Amino acid sequence: MNDQAQNTMKAGRVATVHTDRAHDSAIKHVTGRATYIDDILEPAGLLHAYVGVSQVAHGRIRSINLDAVRACEGVVAVITAADVPGVNDTSPMHTLDEPIFADGEVQFCGQVLFAVAAHDRDTARRAARLAEVDIEPLPAILDIEDAMAAEAWVAEPHEMNRGDVDPTLANAPRRLQGELETGGQDHFYLEGQASLAIPGEDGDLTIHASSQHPSEMQHLVAQALGRADNTVTVEVRRMGGAFGGKETQAAQWAVIAALLADRTGRPVKIRLDRDDDMVSTGKRHEFRFRYDVGFDDKGRILALDVELAARCGYSADLSGPISDRAMFHSDNGYYLPNVRIRSYRCKTHTVSNTAFRGFGGPQGMMGIERVIDAIAGELGVDPLAVRMANLYGDAPRNVTPYKMVVEDNVLHQLMPELAEKAAYQRRREQIEAFNRSSPVIKRGIALTPVKFGISFTTSFLNQAGALVHIYKDGSVHLNHGGTEMGQGLFIKVAQVVADALQLPLQDIKITATSTGKVPNTSATAASSGSDMNAMAALDAVKKLLGRLTAFAAEEQGIGAEGVRYEQGEFVAGDERVPFKDMVMRAYLGRISLSATGYYRTPKIWYDRDKAEGRPFLYFAYGAAVSEVEVDTLTGEHRLTRVDILHDCGRSLNPAIDLGQIEGGFVQGAGWLTSEELWWDDKGALRTHAPSTYKIPTASDVPEAFHAEIWEGGRNREPTIHRSKAVGEPPLMLAISVHSALCQAIAAASPQGGTVALDAPATPERVLMCLQGRRQSG
Amino acid sequence: MRTQIDFLLGDQRVSVSSAAPETTVLEWLRGNSRTGTKEGCAEGDCGACTVVVAEQREGRLHYRAVNACIQPLVSLDGRQLITVEDLARPGCHDFDGLHPVQQAMVKHHGSQCGFCTPGFVMSLFGMFHREDMRGTGGSDRKAINDALAGNLCRCTGYVPIVRAASEALALEAGDPFDAGESTTLDALASLHSSDSVCLAENERKMLAPRSLDELTGLLAEHPEALPVNGATDTGLWMTKGLERFDTQVYLGEVAELLEAGDDGEFIEIGAAVTYSDATPLLTRHFPGLAPMLSRLGGLQVRNAGTVGGNIANGSPIGDMPPALIALQSRLVLASQGGEREIELEDFFIEYGKQDLQPGECVLKVRIPKPTKDLQFRAYKLSKRFDQDISAVLGAMALALEGDTVSSARVAFGGMAGVPARAKQCEAALLGQSWNEATVEQACAALADDFTPLSDWRASAGYRMLAAQNLLRRFFNETQAGGSTDHGDE
Repeated sequence: MNDQAQNTMKAGRVATVHTDRAHDSAIKHVTGRATYIDDILEPAGLLHAYVGVSQVAHGRIRSINLDAVRACEGVVAVITAADVPGVNDTSPMHTLDEPIFADGEVQFCGQVLFAVAAHDRDTARRAARLAEVDIEPLPAILDIEDAMAAEAWVAEPHEMNRGDVDPTLANAPRRLQGELETGGQDHFYLEGQASLAIPGEDGDLTIHASSQHPSEMQHLVAQALGRADNTVTVEVRRMGGAFGGKETQAAQWAVIAALLADRTGRPVKIRLDRDDDMVSTGKRHEFRFRYDVGFDDKGRILALDVELAARCGYSADLSGPISDRAMFHSDNGYYLPNVRIRSYRCKTHTVSNTAFRGFGGPQGMMGIERVIDAIAGELGVDPLAVRMANLYGDAPRNVTPYKMVVEDNVLHQLMPELAEKAAYQRRREQIEAFNRSSPVIKRGIALTPVKFGISFTTSFLNQAGALVHIYKDGSVHLNHGGTEMGQGLFIKVAQVVADALQLPLQDIKITATSTGKVPNTSATAASSGSDMNAMAALDAVKKLLGRLTAFAAEEQGIGAEGVRYEQGEFVAGDERVPFKDMVMRAYLGRISLSATGYYRTPKIWYDRDKAEGRPFLYFAYGAAVSEVEVDTLTGEHRLTRVDILHDCGRSLNPAIDLGQIEGGFVQGAGWLTSEELWWDDKGALRTHAPSTYKIPTASDVPEAFHAEIWEGGRNREPTIHRSKAVGEPPLMLAISVHSALCQAIAAASPQGGTVALDAPATPERVLMCLQGRRQSG
Repeated sequence: MRTQIDFLLGDQRVSVSSAAPETTVLEWLRGNSRTGTKEGCAEGDCGACTVVVAEQREGRLHYRAVNACIQPLVSLDGRQLITVEDLARPGCHDFDGLHPVQQAMVKHHGSQCGFCTPGFVMSLFGMFHREDMRGTGGSDRKAINDALAGNLCRCTGYVPIVRAASEALALEAGDPFDAGESTTLDALASLHSSDSVCLAENERKMLAPRSLDELTGLLAEHPEALPVNGATDTGLWMTKGLERFDTQVYLGEVAELLEAGDDGEFIEIGAAVTYSDATPLLTRHFPGLAPMLSRLGGLQVRNAGTVGGNIANGSPIGDMPPALIALQSRLVLASQGGEREIELEDFFIEYGKQDLQPGECVLKVRIPKPTKDLQFRAYKLSKRFDQDISAVLGAMALALEGDTVSSARVAFGGMAGVPARAKQCEAALLGQSWNEATVEQACAALADDFTPLSDWRASAGYRMLAAQNLLRRFFNETQAGGSTDHGDE
């Protein structure tokens, strides 16, 4: 790559930010030299761990006979709950409801009962199947309906209120009720869960893991061993995909490897088989959304009463904050003058659901977009008109249900711009004409917006650290608390550092995330990675430049204000000293060339008891137009065109951000169409491999796919170079696909009204929805 | 009998003389410090482990992308294995040293997390070495989609990967593999052996006979042996079920099983002929098979999986058997005692039970050449368009005399425990006028033919309704001058 050629020169300064840069590992990716956990050169004496799991959804453990497992040739150690020296728990929010090994009771099919370490992985896997497990089955709650009826929660219900909902609904000129179910989603990171634990002296452990949250993993390993956090170091160079699935779900496997390493004194690796990974780790929450909406003849919402029920699985995990985020996004981009949002966090005897790109936001947004489509269906108008009529606007129509003022709304500009670019109106008319003459194939088009809140809604998590060293030769070592899962965080932070130091990007050494370098980090999640870690890294660089400048001034005997740093040189009067030379001089002058950096997000606060505050520093916006074609004989459908405008603020790296937009959209489209999790009546997941669980392939992405970063984007908040977070928001652009499918289905039958299509919109759901309308129409 | 296999790993000659019979190419690679090739699913459904196998065909190198995670190691004998490590200029770690497909991937930001990338790179490399694709500049998006359907990417949404494919396919010039073709062919020739192989470890063995006589002899000697070929089904019994078969017999070198041709009356496909190799012959005679065949597994599966395997394992959801049944195909079985020929539909007795005696194997399938007026379609319904197992596979073959149905064969997969004919549906069609009323009668009869199951692929209700609608589609598509707007632009 010719980096220099891609640089843009501005005001005599080489800009590294706001330019397209390849992923820092791109060449390693394409040559197979990028190292993932299972590729790390295996240490001598390595053991391989595997787990034995429950085949029962809910039950009391009568006995686990592990004699045959232990007797297996090649098996070195077998451990259960009784062998955990510290706390038998991996719950991320210290709810103590997620045992490493089930103890007394099992609460889902796939729950880990014991672990075995053997000389090779095949032996460990085979041995793990030899256990004799006796479990007395207990009644199991498997779905939302049963959990609601039993009032079984993993966390207390929560409510958000504004205005007079009931009287406004009662008096509204028009009123509709309905229900929507959205299915869960497996992360399907291509690299499954994997950890390597290496014992050191004094019982210390080094863990190499595929984790979005090394600090939490460090703590949970230490807690399980009954030791202090400072005895454990977790290192993460890169993940082969994560998407939220390695935020909390990676810890259990690292803990198991650590327990076995501690017990045997040998390195232990664990790598789950795909099927076991899918059965035993959490997924996106399935939601049931119910609404009661009152509106006027123009489609303006007067009052909305919403009930969100989430299938959380057997433990709390992050279901509380995920459900909160669903509530925070039940408005999407729309002003809801009178609103009540009730959220139920249902406990079911299934795997504990967890973070997944969007973190509840997509489910909340699906709900309100269904409400909008229902209103348009009722009024017989273009849903886009209803969307525009309900957008946040000027005061007082600029306050969210949680009382945050929307200061940065750009949807009024962005949506018409997209509609124009995508020729939405013209195509809508063409589609209507096509549908009139096409009895079997029906088309649909929809434009939906995204407004997504950026910041962890748990305010204290919004902090980050970095560590930057400059070596005597002038080379720079960059480290920060964020983890690389493919999103391009490392290259973006390196760009910010290279830009600040005015050095070529290749002079900045990107290094693995390590709890030994930056402590107490938050998960790389909530789209916050670049916002926070780049700021922390910049803080460190500013400190170092400050020291070097001060030193240069001291050398010259002038004040620090007399020294400038420009184009990689320290300039004092006529003297220009290159960075490298100044670094050596500073070293000889006994100046520290290592600095930590720190950042905490300003302005944010939230009072959860009152359900009000400013949980987000800002919002990221975008919109998409999708066109689909439905085969009304089979329910098969395909996406034929996509147009996207997405707001990245001033993008740090447009190429990387575009990748997030395209990839997020397709992942969202998979969630809403082909990706179906199917549990049997015993609570066992039966779609636990790519043969049965279908994420999109290349042919599911239309040739006409036009994604663009919105040129008008600029963050009104002082974020890193005025960029905006982009990890999660684009996923929700795919709601346009589902909405377009509803439009196509509506075109197949004369009656109007709401198309009650649930998600995922498999061919079966589409055909059955069509059939239902044919029969009732 | 040789007790080792010899192949080229890149340009290096490698001999393996000890391996358990279930050893896969991926296991062997990763166990020998070649960790560039990744395991994503261990069932041939994600493509992260894609490698390319080259072999000599008609004096040229023929390149084939396969899933290393289920590909039996023994299948490499006498061939060249090319992995992601082999593509860039040796020792070169910068952009300029990369292979054109790698350069295109970097340039278009085709990798994010990078874990699926080696597999995509190898699929692109396989595409680059296809005569029908090189130089096309990716003008045929469907061809690219087909070649990538077996590779899953969770990060990029495929957009940049398809761009990379288009760019790489715009190149006319060859690569170092083309330049070294004759050297490689010489090296492969020097590996060639006509001896059969027994690759063993601790008495557990993989046998690779070269002739039908040898094969039937081995099966008579080891009636418990597991016959394998592409292992796109049996491979999972081992990687997922952890089943062990101490004796396995590899069918991919048995000359008689590799024959495919036209005997004048029948199209004959040997049991070890892969889908990729069978497709041109099949679609030439039965164009109605083409849409289904291009969606049967991903390319890596079609490059390894065989028509014979799809039949022999008796899966109720295999795509090919219903189509072959509708076409009145016959099956030839072979054993030491000789050959016998049966109606294919009679082979499937019930779920999990086939008319296959111990010591017997599938030799070939024989498909009667179509009469001129035969209307034939095979419709595949699945949750995802590509690389998915069908919820319902409907195959219909119909001939008309004037307006009257003179013959009708309707067969379905996914509707019963075996691929089966819808005989009451056929009866409702036969001798009737080919019109809407007849079709509705036949649809009603279909409900008497089958009581489908509900499972994760589809509910019973959907299966039945969709099956009936496929018959309606068939009618729409086969009326004189009739057409459908299915897929219409």
